[in-house]
Amino acid sequence: MESETIIEVRDLVKRFGSFIANDHLSFTVAKGEIFGFLGANGAGKTTAIRILSGLSSPTSGYVFVAGIDASRYPEQVKKSIGYMCQRFSLYEDLTVFENIRLYGGVYGLTLKEIVLRSDEMLSRLGITDLRDRLIRSVPLGWRQKLAFSVAIFHQPNIVFLDEPTGGVDPVTRRQFWDLIYEASRAGITVFVTTHYMDEAEYCDRVCILSEGKIQAIGNPVELKRSFNVTSMDEVFIKVARNA
Amino acid sequence: MTAESKLGCRANYFWSMNSPIVECRSISKKYGEIPALVNFDIDISAGEVFGMIGPDGAGKTTLFRILSTLILPDSGRAMVLGHDVVKDYRYIRKSIGFMPGRFSLYQDLTVEENLKFYASVFGVKIRDNYHLIKDIYSPLEPFRSRRAGKLSGGMKQKLALSCALIHKPMLLILDEPTTGVDAVSRKEFWDHLGTLQTDGMTILVSTPYMDEAQRCGRLAMVQKGHLLDIGKPDEIRSRFNGTLFQLTSSDRYQALLICRNSKQISSVHAFGQTLHLTLADGVQTEFVENLLIDQGIVEVVIHEIPPSIEDCFMQYLT
Repeated sequence: MESETIIEVRDLVKRFGSFIANDHLSFTVAKGEIFGFLGANGAGKTTAIRILSGLSSPTSGYVFVAGIDASRYPEQVKKSIGYMCQRFSLYEDLTVFENIRLYGGVYGLTLKEIVLRSDEMLSRLGITDLRDRLIRSVPLGWRQKLAFSVAIFHQPNIVFLDEPTGGVDPVTRRQFWDLIYEASRAGITVFVTTHYMDEAEYCDRVCILSEGKIQAIGNPVELKRSFNVTSMDEVFIKVARNA
Repeated sequence: MTAESKLGCRANYFWSMNSPIVECRSISKKYGEIPALVNFDIDISAGEVFGMIGPDGAGKTTLFRILSTLILPDSGRAMVLGHDVVKDYRYIRKSIGFMPGRFSLYQDLTVEENLKFYASVFGVKIRDNYHLIKDIYSPLEPFRSRRAGKLSGGMKQKLALSCALIHKPMLLILDEPTTGVDAVSRKEFWDHLGTLQTDGMTILVSTPYMDEAQRCGRLAMVQKGHLLDIGKPDEIRSRFNGTLFQLTSSDRYQALLICRNSKQISSVHAFGQTLHLTLADGVQTEFVENLLIDQGIVEVVIHEIPPSIEDCFMQYLT
């Protein structure tokens, strides 16, 4: 695997009043890596993702994303990343193509590029016939896959996925992970949060957060070995309970 | 279970010893042209934890809404606690607890205000039923004056369950209560459900997590408004078609792609660090080993394993 670093976080601290959401986080992510960001509800995952994606600034610490200092140039960061979360993905009252055109336009692609790439994308997903359908009438499983494809439509260096498979059935989750693997093979770094511990095993490396601190980080196989257990579920429970 | 159980009068729960708590006969419901439930039949007995699993659009939420008297079926008959969901909706509303999939408490009321509100709507006093929610609600006590909208996901879900329980319902309906909830909180949540069941409550729950499905007494697997299978988790597992193998190797993703392209392998799915596969008739595991080794995959280990509920789900739906 390439060892070029695409995300570097050193001593990241984020306070909200007296509450410390991120307590001296330090980690790096390599280009093309699938990096799982795990933790209990309220552990500080979303806070850190918001900082890494330029939506919020750290109280202190260094955050470099795709070579850009995220605390000083958040707008630059936004251009080189993609973002998808579970709650909001696509506009329901726009068609599939209108959504693509909107996002492509936001990222400064020309209409010609947008048309070309969207044709390619829809045929790769095998849903060319859905092009002019309202998102509202597209099945949820497909919406999720479309939302992911739209998030990487501008060919970002990194894509942040915040619980992309929450509430999704086992078949659709696996189809979604096929897309993640394809993106990773195409060189896109994937930064993903999930509550499904089998998905944690699909990551190259995972980081487990608890009470704002990193409690464990490494390859799933190594983590299981070092905690002397057979599944990431057990690793997670050990880490979260011992914190 | 004893007559002195925490929920008090057992007779409430066994309003008639042998009648089901939920009884659906040929329930159908369409949204426009799209069928959500098609001639759906289901019986749920007193004291069961009954699970519903299925992909988006299976009809789970539609069924829960019909049983909670929030929408009407197009045809068929549904009885809850021996009462008709259309005629006797008032009785049913008083007697069941419903936790919808989307957080639907008042975000700008505090934790305590929400609980008080629900208690007052059902005309009960919190202290009379506090024993029911004590284990779930006590971690929220330090945050009782925090607005519900400011709670973390796990705490919101504890509050929602407390509010659904405060009137001591005979039937508790939970629509994906643990979506977005972390692994530790999920386990705690299911431990609470176990306690409620021990006290005699009947619970109907849907979930996208197959480890939770395994914890149900009985399960219904549904798709596009039809029942695919129903039974105890072990019964469903025993109906798995074929022999299931688990495969580990040096490169799971590459092995997955190779297996997918082989006609001798009838199914292959990623399961964490491993692959699960079934083989076409007459194909031996040595075939798979050689296939992978020929393409540069090493450390190939393959052995038979018992199927899980997730394997059965994958088999029905792919």
